[in-house]
Amino acid sequence: MSFVRGLKCRECGRVYPTSPIYVCEFCFGSLEVDYDYDQIKKTLTRDKIENGPRSLWRYRELLPIDGEPTVGLYSGFTPLVKASQLARVLGVKELYIKDDTVCHPTLSFKDRVVSVALTKAREFGFDTVACASTGNLANAVSAHGAKAGFKRFIFIPSDLELTKILGSLVYEPNLVAVKGNYDDVNRLCAEIAGKYRWAFVNVNIRPYYAEGSKSFGFEIAEQLGWRTPAHVIVPAASGSLLTKIWKAFKEFEKLELIEPVRSKMHVAQPEGCSPISTMIQNRSEVMKPVKPKTIAKSLAIGNPADGYYAKDVVCQSGGAAETAGDQEIIDAIKLLAATEGIFSETAGGVTLACAKKLIQKGLIGPHESIVISITGQGLKTQEAIQHHLAKPFLIQPNLSSFEEHVDFPEKKPFLSQEGAKSCR
Amino acid sequence: MPVKVRIPTPLQKLTADKPEVEISAATVSQLLENLEKNFPGIRSRICDESGKLRRFVNVYINEEDIRFLAGEASRLKEGDEVSIVPAIAGG
Repeated sequence: MSFVRGLKCRECGRVYPTSPIYVCEFCFGSLEVDYDYDQIKKTLTRDKIENGPRSLWRYRELLPIDGEPTVGLYSGFTPLVKASQLARVLGVKELYIKDDTVCHPTLSFKDRVVSVALTKAREFGFDTVACASTGNLANAVSAHGAKAGFKRFIFIPSDLELTKILGSLVYEPNLVAVKGNYDDVNRLCAEIAGKYRWAFVNVNIRPYYAEGSKSFGFEIAEQLGWRTPAHVIVPAASGSLLTKIWKAFKEFEKLELIEPVRSKMHVAQPEGCSPISTMIQNRSEVMKPVKPKTIAKSLAIGNPADGYYAKDVVCQSGGAAETAGDQEIIDAIKLLAATEGIFSETAGGVTLACAKKLIQKGLIGPHESIVISITGQGLKTQEAIQHHLAKPFLIQPNLSSFEEHVDFPEKKPFLSQEGAKSCR
Repeated sequence: MPVKVRIPTPLQKLTADKPEVEISAATVSQLLENLEKNFPGIRSRICDESGKLRRFVNVYINEEDIRFLAGEASRLKEGDEVSIVPAIAGG
């Protein structure tokens, strides 16, 4: 049972039947899935969702597939963590971390989009899936594609973090490292996608793929007790996630599952690659592409496809744009780990660092509810922090060496064997 | 000066299904004019009412985005390869 009417151009509104296309033939605008909300409203209730599977597929009515889901049956539905310790440090009252560092199986929010993309690719009858990726998407397509039995072609910039390369290779896809940045990889993939009949998840499957990101927003609203927070801070690479979280909130509103949305959507980008934040901060109508230079490689897209739409959402919702430098990113990764026990990849460092600045600037009030979007696992970007952490205490395997080298408050003066005995 | 222009799939209906065409032009804006002469209707797809490239259309000369060069005034030389690519989602 499908509630999808077809595809609709985001620019000129022309409609197209459901098919593996992504761009309007008339104006080159991107295509978006169009749903029959009246029909969805007749069947979808809070109860139905709450009794659904503990994965992103609990929102199946609002995802663009025709049959039953076949990929990512364990993906999504990650914890919304009440972050009291971090809240105290930041001087705010109600703070949550939406924690996709533990998204199954490849530990980033890309497991969500790929679950939808590959379910759809199978419905379209493709036997080969492909993607252009800054790393996380590569991991997700490699893994989900392995389980679902697709042939896989994965294109990445050649300078990615080693862990992200290994995290794709282990699933044995055809991994192609391109000598260039992500924007080069993307351009190449657009041309390859035009030539071969593959399901390129972020090219010809993009309208369906991108809808998977809505589940991140649905979960925030459901897990907050069917309400949306006053503020959401979202990292941006292409800008798609931010627009889809907003779309998720608005869909819940339209279906009367929640009260009218008053959330402010804030965008976070690294200083070395901030075309969207810069456009918003300069109140410009034109996005200037950049050549990325940042440790947050998963956000290193210099020419973001959804940049204009992300800007529209930020401005409409009354949100703001912020940027964070490399050192601030590292400090934020450490702060999140030390206060909440969550190890985020560099993108999450950007998000928290930007949230901190927005709070300091008074753009986020101390008594308002805040959700920080943490989209990927820190074990994937260990290189970024390895020279910024303390060293372990190195000792001999005996008590005296331990007490000599490790300092802690309850340490007692060293006792001899005899003294130790007499204590008993 | 002929340059090679790669035509994206959604526009290949206008070029008789040819994925690549040769066009003579000294600049990108001249190229857009000459494309239109050879394949009527193509210009209005990639340019807006004021004649400027639409904001979702990326044009590359030998793999470099023209916005890092001189935009539509970017110069072309014989043998250059021009790609017209719609914006794509991230990863």
